[in-house]
Amino acid sequence: MDQDDHSETIAARVREAAAAHTPLMLAGGGSKHFLGRRVAGTPLAVGGHCGVLHYVPEELVLSARAGTPLAEIETALAERGQMLAFEPPYFGATATLGGTIAANLSGPRRAYAGAARDFVLGCRLVNGKGEILHFGGEVMKNVAGYDLSRLMAGAFGTLGVLLEVSLKVLPRPEAETTLVCEQDETSAIELMNRWAGRPLPLSATAWSEGRLYVRLSGPAPVIATAAAGLGGERLPQAEKFWSDLREHTSAFFTDPRPLWRLGLPVTAPPLALDGPEIVTWGGAQRWVKTGIPADQVRAHAAAVGGHATLFRPARDAPPAEDPFTPLTPALHHLHQRLKAAFDPAGILNPGRLYAGL
Amino acid sequence: MSDARTTLLAELRAALPGDALLTCEEELRPYECDGLTAYRALPLAVVLPHTVGEVVSVLRLCRTHGVPVVARGAGTGLSGGALPHAGGMVLSLARFNRILEINPLARSARVEPGVRNLAISEAARPYGLYYAPDPSSQIACTIGGNVAENSGGVHCLKYGLTVHNVLALEALTIEGERLSLGGHAADAPGYDLLALLTGSEGLLAVVVEATLRLLPLPQCARVLLAAFDSVATAGNAVGAIIAAGVIPAGLEMMDRLAVEAAEDFVHAGYPRDAEAILLCELDGDEKEVAVALARVEEILKRAGASGLRVARDEAERQLFWKGRKAAFPAVGRLSPDYYCIDGTIPRSKLAEVLTRIAELSREHGLRVANVFHAGDGNLHPLILYDANTPDELVRAEALGAAIMELCIAAGGTITGEHGVGIEKINQMCVQFTPAELEQFHAVKRAFDPAGLLNPGKAVPTLARCAEYGRMHVHRGELRFPDLERY
Ligand SMILES: Cc1cc2nc3c(=O)[nH]c(=O)nc-3n(C[C@H](O)[C@H](O)[C@H](O)COP(=O)(O)OP(=O)(O)OC[C@H]3O[C@@H](n4cnc5c(N)ncnc54)[C@H](O)[C@@H]3O)c2cc1C
Repeated sequence: MDQDDHSETIAARVREAAAAHTPLMLAGGGSKHFLGRRVAGTPLAVGGHCGVLHYVPEELVLSARAGTPLAEIETALAERGQMLAFEPPYFGATATLGGTIAANLSGPRRAYAGAARDFVLGCRLVNGKGEILHFGGEVMKNVAGYDLSRLMAGAFGTLGVLLEVSLKVLPRPEAETTLVCEQDETSAIELMNRWAGRPLPLSATAWSEGRLYVRLSGPAPVIATAAAGLGGERLPQAEKFWSDLREHTSAFFTDPRPLWRLGLPVTAPPLALDGPEIVTWGGAQRWVKTGIPADQVRAHAAAVGGHATLFRPARDAPPAEDPFTPLTPALHHLHQRLKAAFDPAGILNPGRLYAGL
Repeated sequence: MSDARTTLLAELRAALPGDALLTCEEELRPYECDGLTAYRALPLAVVLPHTVGEVVSVLRLCRTHGVPVVARGAGTGLSGGALPHAGGMVLSLARFNRILEINPLARSARVEPGVRNLAISEAARPYGLYYAPDPSSQIACTIGGNVAENSGGVHCLKYGLTVHNVLALEALTIEGERLSLGGHAADAPGYDLLALLTGSEGLLAVVVEATLRLLPLPQCARVLLAAFDSVATAGNAVGAIIAAGVIPAGLEMMDRLAVEAAEDFVHAGYPRDAEAILLCELDGDEKEVAVALARVEEILKRAGASGLRVARDEAERQLFWKGRKAAFPAVGRLSPDYYCIDGTIPRSKLAEVLTRIAELSREHGLRVANVFHAGDGNLHPLILYDANTPDELVRAEALGAAIMELCIAAGGTITGEHGVGIEKINQMCVQFTPAELEQFHAVKRAFDPAGLLNPGKAVPTLARCAEYGRMHVHRGELRFPDLERY
């Protein structure tokens, strides 16, 4: 047992909390603290439980403790010419692997490579009873039992404390080029969809302020052929453009109004939300800065079959009461039963996702 | 028949059209097993509803009367997932066979659960699109079954399993309550129930509609056939390709027995003198494929391939794949019965595990043919036996259990894509601890507190494990030391 292995301590803390019915607030690096509801609970620090455990580039698998800094993981992968293909946002230097998976956050490559949840192969976790459980594994295909490791992605720690995560990793593309052209929003969305229906080496798309951006990744000759067919100009400093978009560090995000993240069907038309907008993920994700009330934003999203998350409240405003789109009664009820199945005492990050979960 | 069951049948008769309820023995026979024919049971009845409303009625009535329900697609499953519950209901979704919508711009297909896998790609082809997961059984198996098993196929190495290609599901709980999971919009709010339902073997809910992601057809696809003098060399070559940063669209392996069987059956043009062959498909842009092909040829030569051949045209490419896709039935011609194993292991262990399987085959006195998804490390040893020879089934099962446990020991899993069903239920006790199994049961209860959806499958009871544990020692320890043994 090395000194960075805190599995037993974490499990013991959870058992004590379960016995005493005292809620715990799981604290990784704290970089996604702004996202989701506030949890009233004793902090349980899991950041110290860290370290890459197993990385075999030839197997395309990396396993690490949940407290491992995301930067450490990405550096290790880059050294071997590999990457996390979901291109996770950090939202701060302290971002950990566990928090990234718990929040199921993905970056620009999401629409073409998959989300964080798509790369989860297995995990070790502590459930609300303080039991250490292992689901999935390090192999590419595994259907023994329910897929509980993937279920942890996006559960915000309300079903279990992640101890270790095994991820599928991929080779880095040989080359990348970003093209940009002037385009109105409606035609940009249509173009993104048309392109995605053709065998092009797309790896990211975005529309912002009348400009359409498309990133191509792959072998250089393939990119060259594709780029010639698409037209537009090469964007200088493209890497910074995509990382600013991923990390919310571009000028758009400094607007003091609340930041909404809309998940919409890819072909949904632009929504009239009275505020600036960025379209990403081939149309599937739209960032909007708007002061209009939450129920109106949600009504607009729902009208086209989407959902809306209040990703960051207005500057200096208190955290939102209900940042995530409310579930239907049938689904909410099922969520409560699932929560009870993992965490009968209701002590793991209670309320982070929804009140009563 | 119990009173509850008599009443149930009467109520079903009243609720469903005449052609939707089968109860006499000769009508029930075809439903007594799935692709794993060693296990058979006759259900109380088979229902074949036409509408979702009728499915709701069936589920509610079964729930009220406490009668188990086993959903069924095409019955091609290989783990006994669709095996009826004796005295229970089989809910066939065969009549839900319509493709409801193909949306070429959004690249999606909305289909009923009884639609055949291949039919989706056929309907998408005019738009230059296809549905990527392609089980070898794709001409017959249904999308409902694919979702329930999280099925894979030859192209999953590059394009993912069913779970990576489903956008949304409409499902019914045993209470008949409709759940809408996922959606056309990415990252639906709440827990990822779409992932949870995928691969849940019909134990959590009944899928009544699926929306699938379609991909653009690649511009060009070429396949390379490599021959090897030993399975171990072929196994190592697989690792070498992946290590070089190449992700082939498909990377399949067949050993000598499988190659010979396939040759006799479909004349695919495989080299009969090879101990193993690899089929490696590369797809993409014309130039990209040419470059990758040259690279893979180089890697394979260095890895010790004794022969290399690129399919010269599309017809030969189809023929190479025909041999692979027909391998199961081809092996089936070598022996009255065969039993297909489905373990997945880390690719680096392929050579070692294949060598050990050959030893186990000799020790158990039964032939084993290997034909599998090598790129994913997903093995399919086919154990040849004759059910009419006394004790051969028992020996085949013992050999199968030994192979599955070998996979676990190699850091892998007992099932990569066929599911646990009834077949691998004992090995679940080896792969998981009692607390992990209990967590699975707790999830099941959250959906189906009375345990009526496909009961007795996928997750063993702790009592069953205690019984099995008597014979098995796991990682040097006795499992379930605190449970009573009987
Ligand atoms: C020759 C052959 C080759 C094969 N090759 C492959 C392969 O390459 N890859 C692979 O992954 N599999 C393969 N299989 C296995 C099998 O085809 C798959 O598991 C397939 O997905 C089963 O589909 P089905 O419609 O036949 O389902 P069934 O066998 O009818 O049912 C399978 C399971 O799904 C459940 N189910 C069915 N429909 C629903 C529904 N609507 N809602 C909820 N639960 C449901 C059933 O209860 C059962 O548990 C092969 C089988 C054969 C016979």
